[in-house]
Formats: sequence, structure tokens, C-alpha cells
Amino acid sequence: MQLTNRSKQVSNKEMTLAEKMYLPAITKGLGITLKHFFLKKATKPYPDVKTYLGPVFRGHHVLKRDEQGRERCTACGLCAVACPAEAISMVAAERTKGQETLYREEKYAAVYEINMLRCIFCGLCEEACPKQAIYLRHDRFVPVFSDRDEVIYGKDKLVEKSDDRYVRTNPNVQVTPTEPSLSRSVS
Amino acid sequence: MEDNKPQLVKVTVDGIEVEVEPGTTILQAARKIGPEVAPPAMCYYQPLKGSGGKCRACLVKVAAGSAKDPRPMPKLVASCITPVQDGMVVENTTSPQVLEARKGVVEFLLINHPLDCPVCDQAGECDLQNFAFEHGAAKTRYEEERRTFDKHDLGPYIQLHMTRCILCYRCVFTADQITNKRVHGVMNRGDHAEISTYIEKAIDNDFSGNVIDVCPVGALTDKTYRFKNRVWFSRPVDAHRDCPTCSGKVTLWYRGEEVIRVTARKNEWNEVNEFICNTCRFETKKTSDWVIEGPTKIARSSVITANKYRADTIKPDFVSRLAAANYKPIDDTRDTSQLSIQQLPPERFASSN
Repeated sequence: MQLTNRSKQVSNKEMTLAEKMYLPAITKGLGITLKHFFLKKATKPYPDVKTYLGPVFRGHHVLKRDEQGRERCTACGLCAVACPAEAISMVAAERTKGQETLYREEKYAAVYEINMLRCIFCGLCEEACPKQAIYLRHDRFVPVFSDRDEVIYGKDKLVEKSDDRYVRTNPNVQVTPTEPSLSRSVS
Repeated sequence: MEDNKPQLVKVTVDGIEVEVEPGTTILQAARKIGPEVAPPAMCYYQPLKGSGGKCRACLVKVAAGSAKDPRPMPKLVASCITPVQDGMVVENTTSPQVLEARKGVVEFLLINHPLDCPVCDQAGECDLQNFAFEHGAAKTRYEEERRTFDKHDLGPYIQLHMTRCILCYRCVFTADQITNKRVHGVMNRGDHAEISTYIEKAIDNDFSGNVIDVCPVGALTDKTYRFKNRVWFSRPVDAHRDCPTCSGKVTLWYRGEEVIRVTARKNEWNEVNEFICNTCRFETKKTSDWVIEGPTKIARSSVITANKYRADTIKPDFVSRLAAANYKPIDDTRDTSQLSIQQLPPERFASSN
């Protein structure tokens, strides 16, 4: 009884001389090898080429600056209270005269620390932020650490650099009522 | 003897009947029932004489004026200043008209109130924040410039942030109550109305710090606490000390082992129980100054309870509570003797040899 039509008829006939010397099999194998020279590669040379992780990937945290390069974070603590892993801590300070170009609001985060061992990359801080200051980058991972001292990320690692601005456009995200003039995407 | 006893009057708030003394306001009668039916109050403050009737947050509908005259009152009334009558029927949250009116009140209060809660020190214990969260609309329709003022220092300890003020007059009544002279009041009219001390005269009374506690918003804030911490990161602890000027019963707000703020104790309506003096409030900020009584009780819904754990509180297990709630006794008279594991006769077992 035939169950499928994929069954192969096997024969017990004598092999030819060429077949005994594996010539057709070797040619066939070499053909497959040759074919793969021209096929698209399945792997990527990682540090040079990075996979696009999608627009909603949650990776490395970034503390945004606004259009004029001032820090958006006002140390309101909503990210820290929203954080289920309690990874975020901060110390607020009052902006003094002359610092208007550095900080957007009259209060700013003098210390802002995220414990990356605790962080579970859930993105609740980003959702809680009323000033649209903290984002989880969709294009960058938090690198592996080899030392416990590297685990707590301070403002030096989190605040975005002026020459390396982070941009993400997501039309599904609505603006918060406290910031009616801002759109989520910063160009 | 019986004639001296005041006749109790019956009031119905949201379908719940309560007996109160004549002269009680609707708000007090509703508070007697419980926080579920009590109308919100932004300007009314029980310890302050004369407060109330300004913010219109506590508007309720009176469906029947009294037992003698059961006609409804034509307009919504401010429950904090309207005394009850026998047989009065009050609708608070059961009336859609009241809910709609409150939404409007929130919108009016927020017209000139800056939306700077992320910066404001009062956030988390702000009456206006709670009121807007519970009764207001989710979005603002206001597009015009908001009224702004410069920040003022009222003495060395208190900062007046007039931009945030909603003109509830609580601090004015407090100042009137603690001093004989008028030192603190409202200047100008209408949109320009402004809480102010008389010609920049600082309040130097021993009890001046209480205006911080009575302020429902972040207009009057503690300068020694300015931007120190958010309230939900600090841990409130009841404490007392021997104070020659006040009762000395306070709440200490801890960050780690450090006292970062001292406030008066508040009851469940967010009103201070006893006013405390400036020495207690601003100058004694060491644990050694105080006798600790224990953690302050905070409402479970408050953000102040966030991320605080107590080892000694045992929560009833959700699963067992659910099982207990769903338990139904079953009348099962069937013979269950065959259902248990039967002891087999010894000949059924193969002999080990």
C-alpha cells in the first residue's frame, strides 16, 4: 500500500565504473558548494552590519534633549515610580540663572541612574514620562558588562549626545496633554 | 433633660440615610457616611472658620429640600455651606448633572493653573490633582496664555508660587486665625487677584508654616523642602516631641535615614488635625529630636504607597480568598465508600518468592 507519493524506488542494480569512483556524487556536491558562493548569506558580520529590530524594539535608554539641545528631563520621578523593577533613581536640583540653555525646566535631574541589571526593558518609564525625556532606543542594545561597576548607567551614558541624536517616528503614539506643542518625532 | 437635647435631622445622601444635628452642612453629613459619598472640597477646610463656598467643587443636587417642603432646590448648591434640613434628599455622584458640573469646575480651576505637576513639589498630595483626576476631563481645551506671576518669598521658609494659586482663601483664613493683625490677604480683583502679604511684609508668626499645609495646590511650598524629593519617594512616619508652643504631633517624611520634611498630621479629608509651629516644621529635622510612633497610615490608592513594602503586613492570599468567596456547599448524599483507594485482598498480590 502506498501512503504517499514521495516514496522512492530503490534498485539493487550494479553501479557503473564512474559511479563506483563517486564521480557523479562529487560533481553534484561541488555543484552545491559552488551554488552557495552566489546565494545570499544567512549570517551578518555583526559589529559592522546590524539587524533592524523593528520600530518598537526596546533597547538602550536615552535621555532626550529638546530642539535647542536642552535636557528634557525634569526629575519628576514618574519613571522611577512606574518602574516595576525599581531600577531608576534620581536626585533633582534647581536650575540656576545662566543654565537656561542646559535644562528645559526650572528643575532638572542632577543625578539620573538606571541599574541595568535590574532593568527588564519593559518600556514603562517611556510610557510614564510626561516630558518625553526618556526613550528606549529601537536601534541599540545595552552592551554586555563584564564588571559590576559598569552596571549602573549615569547621565554620562544616558543623555543623548548632540552629534548623535535619537530619532524615532511612531505615528501610533499620541502626544501627552501636558506637552501639546510637541510631536513625538524630533528631527 | 430631653428638651435640651437637639433634635436629630434625617438626611439622605446618594440613597444612604444619616442622622445629624441641625446646623450641620450637607458636606459634613456626607462625610459622616463615608468617603464614598463625600463631595470633594478644594476651599472648605474644617479647622478654618469661614472657609468654604468659593471653589464650587462640592456642588450637589438637592432633590428634596425638606420633609415639609419636598420641592427640589432650583440650582446645584455648594454642600460645604448649605445646612441640612430634616428629610433632605441629596444627590452627589448619583446625579449626572452634578458630575457634569464638576467637570466644568475642574476646567475652570485649571484655566490658569499651570500643568507643571512634574516640577511642582505638591504633586502626589495635591488636592487639585486628585480632584481633576477623579472628576475632570482627560484633555484640556484651553489654548490661551495662562496668567503668570513671579515667585515670591514669604519670609525665609515659605515660597509663594502665585501662578499655581486657585484662590481658595484657605491661607488667608489661616493667617487671620493665627494672628490678630491682618498680614496676609488677597490683593486686586478678578483675573489679577493675588495672594500677598501686606506690602511685602513677611509673616513672622510662629505658626506661619501652616499655610503650606492648608494650601490645596503647590502655591505655598516649603522652601527647605524645595525640589528635595518627590512625595512618593519619601516615607511618612508619625512622631511627636515636647514642644512649648504647639502640640508637637507631626508627620516626618524620611528619605532613607534622613528627615527631609516635617508636616502636620492630616486626617482622611486631607485636613490638618493640629497646627504645628515653625520650630517643629523647619528647624527640628533630626531623628533624635523626635519620638517615633510608627508609620503613617496612607490610603491604599495614594501614590505615596508606591514601592513601599512592610514585612509585617500579611496580605490574605488572593486564591484562598477567591475560593472562600466562591465556596458553595454541595448536597452530595451519594455513597462515596467505593471512591477511595480500595484495600486489595492479600491473594491478589503475587507472592514475593
